[in-house]
Amino acid sequence: MAMVEKKSVGNTVFNIAVCVLTGAVSLVCLYPMLYVLFASFSDPAQLISHVGVLYKPLGFSTLGYQVVFKNPNVPIGYMNTLFYVAAGTAINILMTTLAAYALSRKGYKLKKAFTLGIVVTMYIGGGMIPNFLLVRNLGLLNTRLALLLPGAIATWNMIVMRTAFNAIPASLEESAKIDGANDFVILFRIFIPVAKATLAVMVLYYSVGHWNAWFNAMIYLKKRELWPLQLFLREILVANSSGGNTAGSVIASADSDFNYLDEVIKYALIIISTVPILCFYPFIQKYFNKGVMMGSLKE
Amino acid sequence: MISTGKAAVDAAGPQARPKGKGGSSESWAKDFSRNRYIYIMMIPVILYYILFHYVPMGGLVIAFQDYTPMKGFLGSSFVGFKHFADYLTGPYAQRTIVNTVMINLYQLVLGFPAPIILALLLNEVKFKRYKAVNQTISYMPHFVSVVVVAGLIINFVKSDGIVTQLLGMTGTNLLAKPEYYRMVYTLSGIWKNVGWGSIIYLATLSNADPNLYEAAALDGAGRFKQLLHVTLPTLVPIITIQLIMRMGNMMSEGYEKTLLIYNPLIYEKADIISSYVYRRGLENMEYSFASAVGMFNSLVNLMLLWFANWFSKTFVKESLW
Repeated sequence: MAMVEKKSVGNTVFNIAVCVLTGAVSLVCLYPMLYVLFASFSDPAQLISHVGVLYKPLGFSTLGYQVVFKNPNVPIGYMNTLFYVAAGTAINILMTTLAAYALSRKGYKLKKAFTLGIVVTMYIGGGMIPNFLLVRNLGLLNTRLALLLPGAIATWNMIVMRTAFNAIPASLEESAKIDGANDFVILFRIFIPVAKATLAVMVLYYSVGHWNAWFNAMIYLKKRELWPLQLFLREILVANSSGGNTAGSVIASADSDFNYLDEVIKYALIIISTVPILCFYPFIQKYFNKGVMMGSLKE
Repeated sequence: MISTGKAAVDAAGPQARPKGKGGSSESWAKDFSRNRYIYIMMIPVILYYILFHYVPMGGLVIAFQDYTPMKGFLGSSFVGFKHFADYLTGPYAQRTIVNTVMINLYQLVLGFPAPIILALLLNEVKFKRYKAVNQTISYMPHFVSVVVVAGLIINFVKSDGIVTQLLGMTGTNLLAKPEYYRMVYTLSGIWKNVGWGSIIYLATLSNADPNLYEAAALDGAGRFKQLLHVTLPTLVPIITIQLIMRMGNMMSEGYEKTLLIYNPLIYEKADIISSYVYRRGLENMEYSFASAVGMFNSLVNLMLLWFANWFSKTFVKESLW
């Protein structure tokens, strides 16, 4: 009896310890964003003089959000980003599924050559400078295509998609072929619907990638009217931290009265640029392991 | 449409073609005709890979030239390995190589175990909803953009930032002191990736054999002993392969976060090969020199990865290819 008693006490202690530790990790993961949220709704004057952690907004103010929404760069960046996400992801998914389908088929002569030629590019590439020169020589500098065409296929994603297609039972396809379906019909009417969980993960990966991308935009786009949101964010959050400009002067006006708004403006910007993407992923969270586990270079 | 259907039916007929899928006995013409839709699908794919992957590989020829855009790839003069030699004998090779390896070492020692520990913890949580909520929260930083992460780092570790305050170091901008840079870089990286990185281990654990736990429990093993003797061994193969492949990347580190958070005050610790390539190549427009540095780095990476893969294949029977 004593044994059982001891064991169940140990079990309870273990359960509590595990829950406390897990909760602590989550708190560390969550708190920086919570801090940003609280700070963004805080009274700017109180925030500047505050020391230490925040448990709730200091006072309540939406001044930061008001300034951010009045700034013309924010809607420009937002609309551009929405365009890059929509068009970029559409191109990604089309190209990725075409390649994945073709590489999942059996019995055509160039399959091995195609597979090898594609997989090699995961390990060998030209690198930053030749890629830049290519985009420039193609005349794509300062065009939206510069953010859409390079990277049209993320090879790892394509391999994951191919693995998902490989797992589809051959019987589905055979019966469709007997009914006279060609490969395009099989891909779009059978494979894509059957593999929709993996496809959903791919859509998430690609669209998050486009939403968060900034480097290519920085090197390829000098025209500010083409800039995605992340570049404006960089200008305000990062580029000016060492330089003389402040968030207030960049986003509001050159007037130094806005300096005391710096902090709330930054935090409000982070919230409006990050919350949309964070609303998105929990819905397909249960499929994430498909995206992580299912890729295999070997067949 | 009718003819299409008919062709597909022909192709589907098992007796209509020679035995063997894509057997070499079949002529090219027949292969192309029977699989024409597959080849049509591959046209844009092949064009994409040639244009955006193979052409830049060819573009690496400029690493051996004194390339100027005016003269072009064909008109620029060849200088052999001059740029490689300049880099490797110059003052910045040591700094950038050491920094790249050191930042990888920090991430190996501190960053590699973190997702494994988190996965072990999450795996022990018996309340399903609590586990799911914690997973969702820990994945969140993965979806926050690098620009925002950089903005948060800069803001949190500035002289009156919240992290600086909590560390009792008010007055010191941590990003202005080289000695703190690697910690700032590594810990912020763990924050971003720990949850996401745990997925692969959790997925492996979900396939663990429940009978093993029952047997261990019958033997009187408590939960902690089960964790040590059943759960952890389940993870050993995946940890091994991940670790070996991590070794293959010890000389590679992306430039994005570095470019966003470093500054000239801390270049001595922060400047890595990829950020150096960016500055020399795209800021100073020394295309040939920067291409040579990048190519040197890729070659070293390739050799390390190849060696890691060979090691893994030989000693743990697991490999990438």
